Amino acid sequence: MKYTAFAAVSAVALACAAPAVAGPEAEVLHWWTSGGEAKSAAVLQQEFADNGGTWTDMPVAGGGGDAAMTALRARVLSGNAPTAVQLKGPAIQEWYEEGVLADISSVAEAEGWADVLPGSIAEHMKCEGKWCAAPVNVHRVDWIWANAALLEANGIGMPTTWEEFNAAADKLLAAGITPLAHGGQAWQDATVFEAVALGILGPEGFHKAFVELDMDTLKSDEMAAVFDQMRKMRGYVDANFPGRDWNLATSMVMNGEAAFQIMGDWAKGEFLAAGKEPGKDFLCASVPGDGFLYNVDSFAMFEVDGEDKQAGQDLLAKLIVGPKFQKVFNLNKGSIPARVDVKLDAFDTCAHLSAKDMGDSADNGSLLPSYAHGMALRGAQSGAITDVVTAHFNSEMSSAEAVQMLADAVANSL
Amino acid sequence: MTEWLERHIPKMVLAPSFAAVLVFVYGFIAWTAWVSLTRSRLLPKYEIDGLIQYERLFNAPRWDTAMSNLFVFGTLFILISMILGLMLAILLDQKIRTEGVLRTIYLYPMALSLIVTGTAWKWIMNPGLGLEAMVRGWGFESFTFDWVINPDKAIYAVVIAGVWQASGFVMALFLAGLRGVDGEIIKAAQVDGIPAWRIYTAIIIPSMAPIFLSAFIVLAHLAIKSFDLVIALTGGGPGYATDLPATYMYTMAFSRGDIGQAASSAMVMMGVVFAIIVPYLYSELRAKHD
Repeated sequence: MKYTAFAAVSAVALACAAPAVAGPEAEVLHWWTSGGEAKSAAVLQQEFADNGGTWTDMPVAGGGGDAAMTALRARVLSGNAPTAVQLKGPAIQEWYEEGVLADISSVAEAEGWADVLPGSIAEHMKCEGKWCAAPVNVHRVDWIWANAALLEANGIGMPTTWEEFNAAADKLLAAGITPLAHGGQAWQDATVFEAVALGILGPEGFHKAFVELDMDTLKSDEMAAVFDQMRKMRGYVDANFPGRDWNLATSMVMNGEAAFQIMGDWAKGEFLAAGKEPGKDFLCASVPGDGFLYNVDSFAMFEVDGEDKQAGQDLLAKLIVGPKFQKVFNLNKGSIPARVDVKLDAFDTCAHLSAKDMGDSADNGSLLPSYAHGMALRGAQSGAITDVVTAHFNSEMSSAEAVQMLADAVANSL
Repeated sequence: MTEWLERHIPKMVLAPSFAAVLVFVYGFIAWTAWVSLTRSRLLPKYEIDGLIQYERLFNAPRWDTAMSNLFVFGTLFILISMILGLMLAILLDQKIRTEGVLRTIYLYPMALSLIVTGTAWKWIMNPGLGLEAMVRGWGFESFTFDWVINPDKAIYAVVIAGVWQASGFVMALFLAGLRGVDGEIIKAAQVDGIPAWRIYTAIIIPSMAPIFLSAFIVLAHLAIKSFDLVIALTGGGPGYATDLPATYMYTMAFSRGDIGQAASSAMVMMGVVFAIIVPYLYSELRAKHD
């Protein structure tokens, strides 16, 4: 591992030996390297160039960002941080505590970010009251997707409570259809778990358990009820689920092999790419219960030397939150804009629903960060919770044991 | 001058690699040991904070799973590879005609990267695609082979893939060993009318003790280092049922930003390696003194 880090540093050092250019400059570390994501990143790159900037692209693919984080660590340790880095959630504050993030409050205030971003999302972009990151999009995580034809054929509506979901699933099971398409990877288990937890604990309980890590809530009977429901969910997936990728689970819904999938709105991209129409071929709804779980991609700005780079940083921050980029980017990516004043005419009905729910939940305080996607907790804590969730889902463990294990794991990770 | 050069050139030539090993192996071992005593998270920190990371490590159920998996995987992998390797070597040693071709066929899995082995076996053992689906397709509807998706059996699926990869290599080692046994002794035994199996168990195999030791050391370090096989075959799943210490360490260091925890698990892994290698080195050194 050490050799890898060393090699990465040397490779990066070589790559950075580019000639000096006047004007705004930005070196951007991100992991948007595949399909729609790469297209989305190119949009930003183009807009940056149109405004006279020089963009140095530093895409690092692999491991859902793990590889990029390793590269970032090597760069920061060698005292040569990139201008902007794709970072999200508490990781932003974690890097801030290492003393390497820049203050972009001047741009944020000039552009009036505080007025156009929902409050709880804006909080993620601040480090001790100062703006240090720019949000790109809002993915909703607590979606339930369904095959419209299958539901109609079996006389089932979109469930609005978990009891309805269970009844629908039992009916489908009796008809020989897999009720829930699911891939047995730890993060997918966690995605289903948090959707169930939001429904059963309610927004307030969710916040207590997965943002505040309140021990009483973690050990409560409601939490045991969440695990009970997870045990039910385990019975609704097909036998061959371990290790399956999320997009394969999505195609099971598309092909009518399974009725539902619980997954963030990146699943919508799969449906649309296959030429399916929302409302007609597939249905989207929030999972039973109140609240809205968000997963916000953002760029954190790192401390850099030189006026060109600082100008580049300011320009980049301005463009990222600008209405034009927010619209084009999110149309490509399937998410919705982080700023609330973007016209949504070109977006599909699922995105409209998402935007409306985001506004409503921001008003009543149930706009919550997704724990499974690293928005609510730092890596060590969210990882510890995921370990318990996936261990419970993949074994015969009882809910009482799982609750005890959850409390122990969280305590051990602090 | 030439005399001085003669005396010092070997040292001068070796010095750079010696220095590199000193820094990049022993230096970083010391660094890891240091970091394992701190509360490092995202970036390494250097204030020593006692054994907190080791306490956390031994309190983590996932680490228990990883260590017991290492034990199960290591034992079965080493034992089965050695037994299969020895059997293959003995069978190949019967002066058969196409030995060269057969030897190459058995040795080839070793030339594959573990990622390829893992991916191929993932498909072969997947109940929906592989063996199970095929046999059911033949009409044996009740046939089940779902080890790779069964949390209690998944580690044995990893053993299967590992053994497939390594036993050919062990066979080659043993074959070389068999050829090294003095033919005169065997002939003498044959003249005395001793049955073939007795010749193997009483003469040939005991005289191959050093080969067994080499094979054991090679396989043991393969087992402890195993990382890519698990990543490709099961991704550590279902759940974390096939986690090994190496994958645990990787997850902590690179996905969870918990460097202190990763460092402490790396130190424990090194302890396991030492527990195996040190007695071996000790016996080697003593043998030379005698």
